[in-house]
Amino acid sequence: MNLVGTAGVRPGAPGWARNLPSGSQALLGLAALGLALFLLAPLAALLRHSLIDDAGRLSLQRFADFAATPGMATAAWNTLWVALLVTALTLPLAFVYAYAIQRSTLPGKALWRSLGLAPLLGPSLIGAIGFIQWFGNQGVLKAWLGGHSVYGPIGIVLATVFAAFPHALMILVVALATADARLYEAADALGASRWRRFTTVTLPAARYGLISAALVVFAYSVSEFGIPKVIGGNFQVLAVEVYIQAVGLQNFGRGAVVALLLLLPVALALVIDRRVQRRQQASLTARAVPYAPRPDWRRDWPLQAFVALVATALLAVLAMAVTTSFIAFWPYNLTPTLRHYVYGVAEAGVGDAYLNSLRLAGWTALLGTPIVFVTAYLLEKTGARGGRLASAVQVLAALPMGVPGLVLGIGSILFFNHPDNPLGGLYKTLALLVATSVVHYYSACHLTALTALKSLDREFEAVSASLKVPRWRTFWRVTLPVCLPAVLEIARYLAINAMTTVSAVVFLYAPQTLPASVSILNLDEAGELGPAAAMATLIVATTASFSALHALVERRLLRRQQAWRRGAR
Amino acid sequence: MAHLQIESLGKRYGDFVALAGIDLAIERGEFVVLLGPSGCGKTTLLRAIAGLERQDEGRIVHAGRDISALPPGQRDYGIVFQSYALFPNLDVGDNVAYGLDARRSAREGVRRRVEEMLQLVGLPGSERKVPAQLSGGQQQRIALARALATRPDLLLLDEPLSALDAIERVRLRGEIRALQQRLGVTTLMVTHDQEEALAMADRIVVMRAGRLQQVGDPQAIYRQPTNAFVAEFIGRSNLIEAVASDAHHLQLGALRLRCGGTLQPGRTYRFSLRPEDIRLHDSLHAVDPSVLAQVERCEFLGAVWLVTLRLTGAAAGSAAPSLVAQFSSNYLAGRPVQAGSTLRIGIAPEHLQPLPEAA
Repeated sequence: MNLVGTAGVRPGAPGWARNLPSGSQALLGLAALGLALFLLAPLAALLRHSLIDDAGRLSLQRFADFAATPGMATAAWNTLWVALLVTALTLPLAFVYAYAIQRSTLPGKALWRSLGLAPLLGPSLIGAIGFIQWFGNQGVLKAWLGGHSVYGPIGIVLATVFAAFPHALMILVVALATADARLYEAADALGASRWRRFTTVTLPAARYGLISAALVVFAYSVSEFGIPKVIGGNFQVLAVEVYIQAVGLQNFGRGAVVALLLLLPVALALVIDRRVQRRQQASLTARAVPYAPRPDWRRDWPLQAFVALVATALLAVLAMAVTTSFIAFWPYNLTPTLRHYVYGVAEAGVGDAYLNSLRLAGWTALLGTPIVFVTAYLLEKTGARGGRLASAVQVLAALPMGVPGLVLGIGSILFFNHPDNPLGGLYKTLALLVATSVVHYYSACHLTALTALKSLDREFEAVSASLKVPRWRTFWRVTLPVCLPAVLEIARYLAINAMTTVSAVVFLYAPQTLPASVSILNLDEAGELGPAAAMATLIVATTASFSALHALVERRLLRRQQAWRRGAR
Repeated sequence: MAHLQIESLGKRYGDFVALAGIDLAIERGEFVVLLGPSGCGKTTLLRAIAGLERQDEGRIVHAGRDISALPPGQRDYGIVFQSYALFPNLDVGDNVAYGLDARRSAREGVRRRVEEMLQLVGLPGSERKVPAQLSGGQQQRIALARALATRPDLLLLDEPLSALDAIERVRLRGEIRALQQRLGVTTLMVTHDQEEALAMADRIVVMRAGRLQQVGDPQAIYRQPTNAFVAEFIGRSNLIEAVASDAHHLQLGALRLRCGGTLQPGRTYRFSLRPEDIRLHDSLHAVDPSVLAQVERCEFLGAVWLVTLRLTGAAAGSAAPSLVAQFSSNYLAGRPVQAGSTLRIGIAPEHLQPLPEAA
């Protein structure tokens, strides 16, 4: 009966959806248009270019050509086994780290958590630079590799684990955050051993988080190309192949084929993730009692040691990259110097690239945040849900999660660089970089906004309507202020990612819009590791200050709103 | 035409019938309660009147105006939800003033109106508090003040008391009723709590599976339920199925019981008998109309006992029904009522009314 009462009689969409005001409808249409233009159209262009041969016929000719290319099979196999290995290494590390943060009485949890997420602050290839300095030809710890070279699969795996670790950690920290203490009490009351309790209560509850994290890491590894580019040596992987084909050889058709192949494992991962998440519903009931860990040295000490070790390793890699930028020539001349920065700014255009990145980050956050939030609001609160337009926007908003940056980048080249496209003027402009960055990171932001909006009482809009208060006024006076923490979080996320991203923008920049993250790649290619490290350090400093700013604003905001947030259920 | 007139309203969600053929007329100043189990359509009906759900068919006329197709903002009502739906970032004063004139020039009038409303709901001087500082009952009073501040012609209450604890619920229901009578505002409330409905309503509308079951004042609903569903949903009831032996008696196995109303001999009827209408006689001597019964089970509920009885005379017939009787604890004190004992019970004919629906 209850089921009918909630699912049947009171569906999410109020009945007045059908007379959705034309203003909201138009705004939603605009959002759909934007996502279609900067996401769907590039993907469609990608499909067209890989499925239509030179004569204009539908054929698999390009795939056949691709398969016949020497080395492609090797690249595909390399990509696969490296991704599997990276996943197998990252997952246990991140799980135990997350477990220590959520399920032990570790002191200074917030600090350990920030340290675990630190790699997010830099571009993905900052880890590669760090590992080269530690284990490369001149590396201090070169001996640890026992004669193997870091340039190749070893370096790729290490640097990818470093870069993917925080992504897995974020998911697992959330997955382990909520636990029902009653289940643990029941297990204890039944005399279950520590191990049995772990395998029957802890693991099943975190199962979906583990699967999600595995898929994210796998997809990350498959589509990451900055790392293999910098530290991969002659080791061939598909992502680099796309880059070489499209940027190096200007063979967009071949690039499109490889990009499409990269889309496959990621799409598969996403479908599985969706399936699994659907079953996750109501794993934690409303009656659950939050689990609070009690001190237990047999559990806490080893975890403390583990967390400290991992955090040290992460910091060591990051710090090495930063240090590289401040010393003359690793490891022969350790004199502190700013000459890499001076050289970078004076000769390699690092200053301009840095300003470009700041501009890109600023516009992406400034434009992306309101677009994401207002679109989520229109979907969630105006009764648009269930309509055809709203469903289309929902799908478009979730899609970017499954599209690797370089696939989006190649698609955008093919679409916007097409001679017949009236929007061709956008190609290589900052506007296109901003739009692509917003679209690239849309899904996570959309989810954050939706979650915040869903936590608001669903009857606010009904009450406002009954009081004859216009909808925009309630949005402005209630919805936005209450959701402000989520809005700030979205802005920070967009700014940091726009600052560090390489994958999509590397295909779309022009000399005058070259972003800092891409310039690192170019500097490295030119053998200028010092200036590359300097640029990476600048980016880390900038994203770290974004985070500090965010924390500051949020704290002030929360203090001002303390009265009503306190005790709010 | 009634103040609020609902005519053959219908609503479906796919195959699920939420409302079917609802006809209802509510007079000005009336307090009407929509009562039924969850999924019966009572909330859908309220939301259709509020314009929050759009009906598939039928029409709604409020104060002579057909509002069937109007959006919520163009209808004239105040609404209170189970969740209170107070704006958490606005203080109590701003919440109550939310629907009032937002212009600068009106500020003094708004301040006075807010003060007046807070006085009315018994929370004067709480303007500067925020909702999180208030108890559930206080929050619901503020929600009520907010809904009434704009002087709506109709007050809609969607399970307003369900989120409160038992004591607060009883207190607030009395306050809401008193307030409604004082202001004379036409009120429609949804609840699944029959006691609440009986205590507050001028008239109760019992619903089930999207249809009206019975409309009437609380006494009529309780005393003369029109069908088994209403009889069982409102209070406790013994449902007895029996054949009429003549115009005034029913035959229950070997037992003959006198009943109210005129029966058609030979027809099977269904009777509803309230547990408190079963009388306990002090002696086992035959007095008319009474029967012997054996106690099967006793359940102590504090003020009353619920005693499950089996009619001894009817034991010959296989379908002898067991009845639940309710005796006051006070009355039972010192009387040896326990499982196995035999009692003489009386069933007054006027309490044995056949249900109008065919058995």
